[in-house]
Amino acid sequence: MTTLSDPPKGGFRVSMLINDTRYRSYTFQFIALIALIAAFAYLGSNLIANLKAAGLNISYRFLGEPAGYDINQRLIEYTSQSTHMRAAVVGMLNTLLVAVVACFFATVIGVIVGVLRLSNNWLVNKLMGVYVEIFRNVPVLIWILIIMAVFVAVLPQPREFRGDDATASMVFGSFAFTGRGFYFPKPVFGPGSLFVVLTFAASLVGIWGYRRYAKQQLFDHGRMVSTLWPSIGLFFVPVIAMFFIMGQPITLDYPALKGFNFQGGIYARNSFIALTFALSIYTAAFIAENVRAGILAISTGQTEAAASLGLRPGRIMNLVILPQALRVIIPPLISQYLNITKNSSLAIAVGYMDVTGTLGGITLNQTGRAIETVLLLMAFYLVISLSISAVMNVYNNSVKLKER
Amino acid sequence: MKKSVFFGAMTVASLAAGVAAAGTLDDVKARGKLNCGVTTGLVGFAAPDANGEWQGFDVGVCRAIAAAVLGDPKAVEFVPTTGKTRFTALASGEIDVLARNTTWTFSRDVDLKFEFAGVNYYDGQGFMVPKALGVSSAKELDGATVCIQTGTTTELNLADFFRTNNISYEPVPIETNAEAQPLYLEGACDVYTTDASGLAATRAAFENPGDHVVLPEIISKEPLGPLVRHGDNEWGDVVRWTLNALIAAEEVGITSANIAELGAAAGNNPEINRILGTEGTLGEMLGLSADWAKNAIMAGGNYAEIFEKNIGENTPIGLSRGLNAQWTDGGLLYVPPFR
Repeated sequence: MTTLSDPPKGGFRVSMLINDTRYRSYTFQFIALIALIAAFAYLGSNLIANLKAAGLNISYRFLGEPAGYDINQRLIEYTSQSTHMRAAVVGMLNTLLVAVVACFFATVIGVIVGVLRLSNNWLVNKLMGVYVEIFRNVPVLIWILIIMAVFVAVLPQPREFRGDDATASMVFGSFAFTGRGFYFPKPVFGPGSLFVVLTFAASLVGIWGYRRYAKQQLFDHGRMVSTLWPSIGLFFVPVIAMFFIMGQPITLDYPALKGFNFQGGIYARNSFIALTFALSIYTAAFIAENVRAGILAISTGQTEAAASLGLRPGRIMNLVILPQALRVIIPPLISQYLNITKNSSLAIAVGYMDVTGTLGGITLNQTGRAIETVLLLMAFYLVISLSISAVMNVYNNSVKLKER
Repeated sequence: MKKSVFFGAMTVASLAAGVAAAGTLDDVKARGKLNCGVTTGLVGFAAPDANGEWQGFDVGVCRAIAAAVLGDPKAVEFVPTTGKTRFTALASGEIDVLARNTTWTFSRDVDLKFEFAGVNYYDGQGFMVPKALGVSSAKELDGATVCIQTGTTTELNLADFFRTNNISYEPVPIETNAEAQPLYLEGACDVYTTDASGLAATRAAFENPGDHVVLPEIISKEPLGPLVRHGDNEWGDVVRWTLNALIAAEEVGITSANIAELGAAAGNNPEINRILGTEGTLGEMLGLSADWAKNAIMAGGNYAEIFEKNIGENTPIGLSRGLNAQWTDGGLLYVPPFR
């Protein structure tokens, strides 16, 4: 009798979990998962045990209590008698304001610098290179502090505008640039100003419609219709006409030196300007590199082909290169926007009351609720960052290469 | 078997974490060093001198505690804290005692679970303005820009003061005293507000102190004192009675000049004897050596000596004793008897 050894079948033995390559990876993954869960369970139970030992508990009741402190920059109504919750919302709005404005300027500066860095002009090219390297390689906190210090030291303070022998004066009598911030005239909307605003909106729609019509004419009939002068006319004439018809309902509130400070007008605080400016130029250096990478990713054949069709360099960039480069630029741009939003939490360095300054700063200190406020802060930044990602991903999907 | 060891270890670990809050006295003795939380730098109260040695009124308290517990006033690790980080540092056990002109308030004592060991300086919040502004009262500050240290009681007092007087202001929150100085001097704020003692100390550090005035209004009560974690009463007692010993020493006339003589043998004043450990067992009751208070007083002298050396009238800060005089001199310093 010959005994043939059959291939092993069925019989599952425990040792196979380690020895059999089919199961080994599952075994290790399972062990790692258990270890991870155990580690988090330990940290959680340790936290609860320690809080209990210290006689503390987790409670969000403090959010409903009066905050008791004042905030200088308020986008919504807020007094020291408002709740901690409202103080947190004021801070959140301040964070969003600085993030949105800085994202905008960073994008504009970044795109311009990125394009200029590829210039054939040696000087421009090198200057942009120096800018990028300097700003990219120094921490943003240092930039914020430097800009704030220079801002405060260089610009005149309100007291220098005072008196007969004032050493500083307002620009055009309506703009004041002081070390405490910039003061601008503020438009005041009187009764009837709604019509002026509506007229303005209508003329914007009109300009858009007219340009569409001009394009249609060009494509359908090959006729060039002038768009520049009609657009300018549409922009100004109806609004100005309506403005006078309604009896000049919109007036300007000029800032004026009263007491210690300028009063009236729009006040952009030094902390806001320094923070926004620092975040913009710091992040713009990174965006410039993204833009440069995106443009370089488009083969030179495209440029040459466009040039041979007779397009001017500006049009080559706008119509051929940038639309394709955007596909490469957008994904890293998203993370730069997220960086701006998160870096805005350095605001307290210059006394800007963002959400880290109100909820994570003063509220945390006055109530002592460290864990609760930090959890709230984390949730806030997480929600904001994920929202930015979501919006930008939608945009990315609209510009990315459509594969069919 | 293995499992039980694992769970056992986990239980021990979580228990140990819970117990760490208690037994600070033993921890300090075992470590051989006191971790003392101070400011990041306020001349006269706590600031490193030219040699990098910490000097000041609050530092004196730290050194006295270290001398009482360890017998060595130099056995202190100074941990600079800001208004924001101080409570976390204390609650987490990073420091054993916080001596950082911290105001004793209800919520800090009760809600934040700290224990104030006493008051070493009775203070109140004031305002400093440049003389050139021509302001003589805080009520004339309508519309002023006010620099203020964030995370302090001064922030809340300020809001209350301006609200009750129905005047407006623009707060500029600042993290530390050092950051506030250039902003105030450059004129980015009209007013700097903090505790009156802090204003005096800040002004003393200016190039031209005479160009700035401290307004007469004191808008709050700010009893400043060292604090420890709630629930560790033995350690709280050590800190409380070390501070009391410094104040009592001034009251009964123990100074760094005569302490060696008074402490050598029991004299005829029983209170001095009990403080210096030549009579009775007060040190033993605290879990310290018999000469604990003697060491504490020898570290920097009694309360009056520490005060005069760091913030008194002959220093650039130039604070008078005022409320901080002994009760026998019309002040508020009044310690319970040593017996």
